[in-house]
Amino acid sequence: MAKITIDNEVVEVPDGTTILAAARRAGIKIPTLCYLEDVQAIGACRVCMVEVEGARTLVASCVAPVSDGMVVHTNSKKARAARKMVVELLLSDHTGDCQVCDRNDDCELQALARDLGIRDITYQGEKSRRLVDDSTPALVRDSAKCVLCRRCVTVCADTQSVGGIFPQGRGFETVIGPAFAGELDDIVCVQCGQCAAVCPVGAISERDQVQEVWAALDDPTKTVVVQTAPAIRAALGECFGLEPGTLVTGRMVTALRRLGFHAVFDTNFAADLTIMEEGNELLTRLKKALTGEGDVALPMFTSCSPGWIKYIEYFYPDMLNNLSTCKSPQQMFGAIAKTYYAQKIGKKPEDMIVVSIMPCTAKKYEAQRPEMRDSGVQDVDYVLTTRELGRMITEAGIDFVNLPDGKQDSPIGLGSGAADIFANTGGVMEAALRTAWEVVTGQELPFDNLHVTPVAGLDGIKEASATFTNCLPEWSFLEGVTAKVAVAHGLGNARRLIEKIRAGEASYHFIEIMTCPGGCIGGGGQPRMTTNAIRKKRIEAIYKEDEGKALRKSHKNPEILQVYEEFLGAPLGELSHKLLHTKYTPRTKV
Amino acid sequence: MVDKAQCCCSTEEATEEELLSRLDEVIAEYKGKPGALIPVLQMAQAIFGYLPESALKKVALGLDKSYSEVAGVVSFYAFFSTNPKGRQTIRVCLGTACYVRGGKQVLEALKSKLKIEVGEATPDRELSLEVARCFGACGLAPTMSIGEEVYKRVRPAKVGEIIEEYYKNNVSVKGAAV
Ligand code: SF4
Ligand code: SF4
Ligand code: SF4
Ligand code: FES
Ligand code: FES
Repeated sequence: MAKITIDNEVVEVPDGTTILAAARRAGIKIPTLCYLEDVQAIGACRVCMVEVEGARTLVASCVAPVSDGMVVHTNSKKARAARKMVVELLLSDHTGDCQVCDRNDDCELQALARDLGIRDITYQGEKSRRLVDDSTPALVRDSAKCVLCRRCVTVCADTQSVGGIFPQGRGFETVIGPAFAGELDDIVCVQCGQCAAVCPVGAISERDQVQEVWAALDDPTKTVVVQTAPAIRAALGECFGLEPGTLVTGRMVTALRRLGFHAVFDTNFAADLTIMEEGNELLTRLKKALTGEGDVALPMFTSCSPGWIKYIEYFYPDMLNNLSTCKSPQQMFGAIAKTYYAQKIGKKPEDMIVVSIMPCTAKKYEAQRPEMRDSGVQDVDYVLTTRELGRMITEAGIDFVNLPDGKQDSPIGLGSGAADIFANTGGVMEAALRTAWEVVTGQELPFDNLHVTPVAGLDGIKEASATFTNCLPEWSFLEGVTAKVAVAHGLGNARRLIEKIRAGEASYHFIEIMTCPGGCIGGGGQPRMTTNAIRKKRIEAIYKEDEGKALRKSHKNPEILQVYEEFLGAPLGELSHKLLHTKYTPRTKV
Repeated sequence: MVDKAQCCCSTEEATEEELLSRLDEVIAEYKGKPGALIPVLQMAQAIFGYLPESALKKVALGLDKSYSEVAGVVSFYAFFSTNPKGRQTIRVCLGTACYVRGGKQVLEALKSKLKIEVGEATPDRELSLEVARCFGACGLAPTMSIGEEVYKRVRPAKVGEIIEEYYKNNVSVKGAAV
């Protein structure tokens, strides 16, 4: 332990604690910019400088460790002046109009300027060149607003193991971006938006489609339906100042109806559909493998997360056969909405508009993949992130916090608790096991409250296993077989898991991968900033939603039984194959 | 002036494939070693004379680095170049005297005549275009040079003739660039 004095407060902290962390513990706020909890502490921006007695220069408190007896002044004249200078220099090379910037409610640079009492910018110098990259359907980057904090670099290289963006050039010419200051579309970017999720300013954001959605709603010739991903209900409230982890399912439905959508459905319905298809696909693969009936690839990977799909296409194209052929719930929903539902209401697919509300920027990319047109037109027309929906609700003048609860429409709007938990890491696995186990044994999954706790939580890679006993006659080949599963979230963890498998150090039957840390509740389109503490709160809310339902298993969802009976036939049937399954494209990593 | 036919180094004749396979050997030697990126890039630049995209991509793949990271390193160090060098270099003086007396216009005229930017080479790799500080011939500004030869009192309208004259005297097979 070290005893240090910060602004005359004495604090005792473990050795190795940074000055910043010690100050926070003492309730003293030191401004920061490049530092981001759970992501990076690299001492790059110098905004967090403090004066340490006896030190020759000011020190960056986010990286400097405490030492016993240290005396720190966070608020001395020298420290204040230095911080101000750093921020003024940043502002002098910043081109943006706060009033029309999408970050003007939560911009860290704006907040710093305000908190440090900066009233004018004394430095006037040359501005860096401005590069705007709107090459992808998911993201827009604007170098003129970039403060070179490198959070995006760290997240992309370390958390996601993609390495799409790095500093390019040197000195004043430095820009943060893809190779040779090029565009995201030219490199291996998986469009996950984790860079946008951590950017402190308006330099990386989702490609905004709010205007397109307004236009669709204003078009009298179109029937506009909306689906909401499981993870939205646990985060949308944050856009309106509600505590992280507040469930707003009912208010979200009402808000969407007031925005003018003709029907408000739920991606959860399609998540249940995914379980039916993917669960059966898994059992079919296991059967073929165990009875020697055919050549199948195992482990099978989940395929709900479009960033992960693009990642495996780039980095492990030889493993594409291991991916489930199931489309993601978003795309299953789109295909069903424009066929089954369209027929029910007597509309042609081209007269329908399907809008998705997603926690994810990669979903914008997924929606326009050429494979995703099985209804004859693009199955999902527009994808709005949670943040965009928040802005749309605000724009419409809806008092979100005080809305009454609403209920989703039928027949493709009902979801089970198993679908809710698709929102977080471990959830798809748990949902699949709830169904698969019951199909094979006729018994409920033997876990407390149906929760597969070994694969829940924020550890990067998680494993579980269970041995099938008392199998129904049809599944007798599984008797005594120990099913081994694994779960990884964040693509860096996915890579580590795959490398372990490739090295022969581990083997599994079924693996869930989610692109974003924590799963969709930590998606690139969620309200900023998502820290681990906030991830945990959103996950708790999702489990609460699941546990509050009588319907907690996908195969018991009456609307799912209905769509098979009236339209699809059986899981993995001919129509399922056409509408709900897909193919993948091998790509190269340079 | 070295004549192409007498040149003893083989880089001119080696095909891109041959050069890339030489690079493969370098990568194989360094693979898995810490800090391999910069030395491998230096060797690659020695092999190709510059760092073409194909070589950079091979280095990224071979050393299991992201292409954007490799590009970041290449664009950070001034001694790496992603543009091929011409056999000879044109230097346009932009020192004070030349600048004031039209050096900039000479440069613009050359850029549009050769259809290249500063730092680039003509597609036939004969001439690179650079700018320079002062040749010590300020009295005869504006000036430029090709290789060792200095041209004085250059008029922008006449740079075309200078280039054509150069090609006539130095390049037996007519260059594709002009
Ligand atoms: S990034 Fe921040 S400071 Fe810059 S224009 Fe946007 S809101 Fe203003
Ligand atoms: S979207 Fe994801 S992969 Fe692309 S640059 Fe951002 S963090 Fe990297
Ligand atoms: S784009 Fe954003 S996160 Fe990346 S360096 Fe610039 S300001 Fe930081
Ligand atoms: S926050 Fe400490 S240097 Fe940027
Ligand atoms: S300034 Fe051009 S020769 Fe001196």
